[in-house]
Amino acid sequence: MSYTIEGETGLWEVVIGMEVHAQVISRAKLFSGAATDFGGDPNTQVSFVDAAFPGMLPVINRECVAQAIRTGLGLNAHINVVSRFDRKNYFYADLPAGYQISQYQHPIVGSGTIEIELADCSTKPIGVTRLHVEQDAGKSLHDQHPTKSYIDLNRAGVALMEIVSEPDLRSPEEAGAYLRKLRTILRYLGTCDGNMEEGSMRADVNVSVRKHGEPFRTRCEVKNVNSVRFVMQAIEAEARRQIQVWESGGIVEQETRLFDAGRGATRSMRTKEDAHDYRYFPDPDLLPLVLDEAWIEELKATLPELPDAKRRRFMEQYGLPAYDAGVLVAEQATAEFYETVAKGRDAKLAANWVMGDFFAALNRTGRTIETSPVSAASLGKLLDLMADGTINGRIAKEVFEAMVDTGDEPAIIVEKKGLRQVTDAGAIDEAVDKVLAANAEKVAQYKSGKERLFGFFVGQVMKAMAGKGNPALVNEALRRKLS
Amino acid sequence: MSLTDLSLAAAREGLRRGDFTARELTEAHLTAIEALNPRLNAYVTVMADRALDQADAADAARSRGEDRPLLGLPLAIKDLFCTEGVRTTAASRILGPFVPPYESTVTANLLRDGAVFLGKANLDEFAMGSSNITSAFGPVENPWKRQGDPATVLVPGGSSGGSGAGVAARLALGATGTDTGGSIRQPASFCGIAGIKPTYGRCSRWGIVAFASSLDQAGPMARTVQDCAILLRSMAGHDPKDSTSIDRPVPDYEAACRRSVKGLRIGVPREYRAEGMPAEIERLWEQGLAWLRDAGAEIIEVSLPHTKYGLAAYYIVAPAEASSNLARYDGVRFGLRVEGEDLRDMYERTRAEGFGAEVRRRILIGTYVLSAGYYDAYYLRAQKVRALILRDFTEAFARVDALLTPTAPSAAFAQGEKMDDPVKMYLNDIFTVPASLAGVPGMSVPAGLDGDGLPLGLQVLGRPFDEETVFAVAAAIERAAGFEALPSLRAGA
Amino acid sequence: MALDPATVRRIVTLARIRLEDAEVPRIQSELNGIIGWIEQLNEVDIDGVEPLTGAAQMALKMRDDAVTDGGYPDKVLSNAPERAGPFYAVPKVVE
Ligand SMILES: [Mg+2]
Ligand SMILES: [Zn+2]
Repeated sequence: MSYTIEGETGLWEVVIGMEVHAQVISRAKLFSGAATDFGGDPNTQVSFVDAAFPGMLPVINRECVAQAIRTGLGLNAHINVVSRFDRKNYFYADLPAGYQISQYQHPIVGSGTIEIELADCSTKPIGVTRLHVEQDAGKSLHDQHPTKSYIDLNRAGVALMEIVSEPDLRSPEEAGAYLRKLRTILRYLGTCDGNMEEGSMRADVNVSVRKHGEPFRTRCEVKNVNSVRFVMQAIEAEARRQIQVWESGGIVEQETRLFDAGRGATRSMRTKEDAHDYRYFPDPDLLPLVLDEAWIEELKATLPELPDAKRRRFMEQYGLPAYDAGVLVAEQATAEFYETVAKGRDAKLAANWVMGDFFAALNRTGRTIETSPVSAASLGKLLDLMADGTINGRIAKEVFEAMVDTGDEPAIIVEKKGLRQVTDAGAIDEAVDKVLAANAEKVAQYKSGKERLFGFFVGQVMKAMAGKGNPALVNEALRRKLS
Repeated sequence: MSLTDLSLAAAREGLRRGDFTARELTEAHLTAIEALNPRLNAYVTVMADRALDQADAADAARSRGEDRPLLGLPLAIKDLFCTEGVRTTAASRILGPFVPPYESTVTANLLRDGAVFLGKANLDEFAMGSSNITSAFGPVENPWKRQGDPATVLVPGGSSGGSGAGVAARLALGATGTDTGGSIRQPASFCGIAGIKPTYGRCSRWGIVAFASSLDQAGPMARTVQDCAILLRSMAGHDPKDSTSIDRPVPDYEAACRRSVKGLRIGVPREYRAEGMPAEIERLWEQGLAWLRDAGAEIIEVSLPHTKYGLAAYYIVAPAEASSNLARYDGVRFGLRVEGEDLRDMYERTRAEGFGAEVRRRILIGTYVLSAGYYDAYYLRAQKVRALILRDFTEAFARVDALLTPTAPSAAFAQGEKMDDPVKMYLNDIFTVPASLAGVPGMSVPAGLDGDGLPLGLQVLGRPFDEETVFAVAAAIERAAGFEALPSLRAGA
Repeated sequence: MALDPATVRRIVTLARIRLEDAEVPRIQSELNGIIGWIEQLNEVDIDGVEPLTGAAQMALKMRDDAVTDGGYPDKVLSNAPERAGPFYAVPKVVE
């Protein structure tokens, strides 16, 4: 079922393409030796090159190039052995040189693919048109003074990768899946931290609408949307706006718009009078970027296993359903955690524990996998205690909660709290006898055919044994005594 | 003989022998500057105190037994080179009171080798011009006068006009210049001195206010070929801060000046016989070829068929790059700001008032040729013509070791001449621009006088990174020419 | 391709150089003089010629990823026409 929006004149299809700016993980900036750390004091991470002082020249950072190549390889994309830097000329207060060094005609990475996974567990390949490397601009602060904007150039010159998709996305859901998947890949590669709140990943969304079977209509670019949720909202809002314009006999003008999350609507940017004419031309301060094939191979050889491959492996090796595998590979740390837990154990049970109790505990305690109070090894040991019959599943939940609270090993908790499962037939028989004696009326009902009461007896026996009875033995004893 | 009359090489020997001190040499130049600069306007900033401190430091170093290639030698620095703690203007109002917190690589190299900086030399604004008329600090007067016409003020050429006039008038032993389309060679020719634009990439551009990045190249200007060789050796060298700087050893250019030209093949590009070239320039060119032939060189006619289009290609490429390079002068981080109603108005007022007419004109031309719909017709086409010009040189240099041409199509002209039409002014660079587009080294050496007694230079062009042959050929011409004429305005005259 | 007054206006706007209306005709004629002259390049046969961007015939060299610069806010701010504490200040920008 494809996504459509119903207008007055019928159903509309939404066509979406994404331009994602991903901040490259590197110590120093793309063309200067200034630091890239987030959150420094204003204008402290600025060199004369970043502030475009007279006579300053760019020198490219090898690691930023390597990161772009790694990303290109991770997107199954073509790496262009020769690429070039161009200047994109425009005036803006936080663009010190009056131009951004970018790659226009000859990007470092050509076309590739990202496979997205949808809620129904189907996948869809989304074309990546290109990836190019460029400089970030500085930051303007508009709210510090009634008539002034303040400029901080700490981010000016930080390396960005602009990843442009084909207009292959057809719904807000697909767009969200695309962004999440791209973020996962970038994080796996270690080329971008994917942190949208801090702005290290920003999305520009190109949206247009059309009736089924039509060619593309005019698109609008919604700029700088800073969360997956907002991207999805922005697409829907913009699509509805365009449908309204078309249906009321108007014409959608190609323009750049901003998403106002508060109002849940897009609005036109004021600066559009300045019909963009960026006067791109090759940056004469920089020579062509020529990559050594051997270097590309070297980078390829050190790439980690990527999410798609890992997901397929999890399904095969651990027999997991697609959904579980998808959830577990979304973060590299989760996948690693899972594999430690699953190693040599019941893989499906391990998946249930990681995705269930463990995720819930992280959520509840506001921790991450890195700061989790329960290590993968400990969780594995908990599973072992269940497997060897030391504790039953119900007690395991209690032990797990204690592990979260104390950080103690499960065996210690079991011993301390005396949670060992009771398998002694005499003790179980004793508990069963007591329960049956105390509930003579229900025993009579059971015997006259109300078999649903069996569960009630099990519950009572377990309760009498403080949950520690071996469930199989309790069942067996009850059946014996009730027959 | 006054200290200011010494060549740089002779002054170096005098300092080494202890005939005089760096302080005496520097004071002699500062006195000359005090006397003549108010008239010539060769310097926009005189660094008297700092120069004397540097001279004293040089003397102290020498007394400790140190010697460095330029220890104690006073120079003029074109005010396009950023000098740490010293106002740097590019002769533009828009840089206002800009004081760089850094030193350009080339001037740092000179300081490393012990040079003394007398001051910052005047130039055409942002190095855009061939007459030093466009400086925000007023024009520079050429110290040469037409015979019998002491009243007419002649231009020193440009853009390194202050460097040229200052060195010719003995206000410095030598100077730095920059050459984008002829800005070292043409003023050298107009001022009767020598000057070399080395191969693109030989001198670092780091810290030099950019005009056209793919063309800009620093080089020395001095009164002898040998002096230029001494200076270039200090200025040149690989700089990791400039991505276009070449990592090659810097040869001993001074030694190259003593090389014989015997057996060298010297090319005469037939296309340089431009229509309307004055007969005396044509004659001087023939004379230069004869001198080289007499010194044992073989003269070969070659063709550089796209020469004619060099200038037009240059006046697309250079303004295009300049329009982008000069976008940073926006009143935000340094230099002049003219307040406006809003940010855009501030930009527009700052740039309208901060840039002079010629700079504005070139920014507009550059903006136009890069703008949507025109890029292919102008900029891309010019780049292709540039490729053809490089190919011309490559083919010529397969047959010859160097080329000889006139430097400029005329001697120095008067202030006010050629000013009515920008294109007329641009034609000054007709012989120098092709080498700039191709990136090959070129040197102007004074070779004779025209009928008015004004100096004329000949240009020697060489293969990329073969400045040594250029020096050898230029030195041979210098020896044969025995150029001893002096400008009428000079220290001690 | 002769520039009309509208083109002159567009160019000065792109270049952010204020131009009074009265100056448009003069600038237009100057620019047209130059543009007309450079159009002699149309005579050149450029078929199959690769454009030459710069004179340096080499590949781009790369530097190591190390923090070697910055950390001198006072120096980058020392020439600022208007400064507000650790920031550059400009007339307020409304997006
Ligand atoms: Mg974009
Ligand atoms: Zn971008």
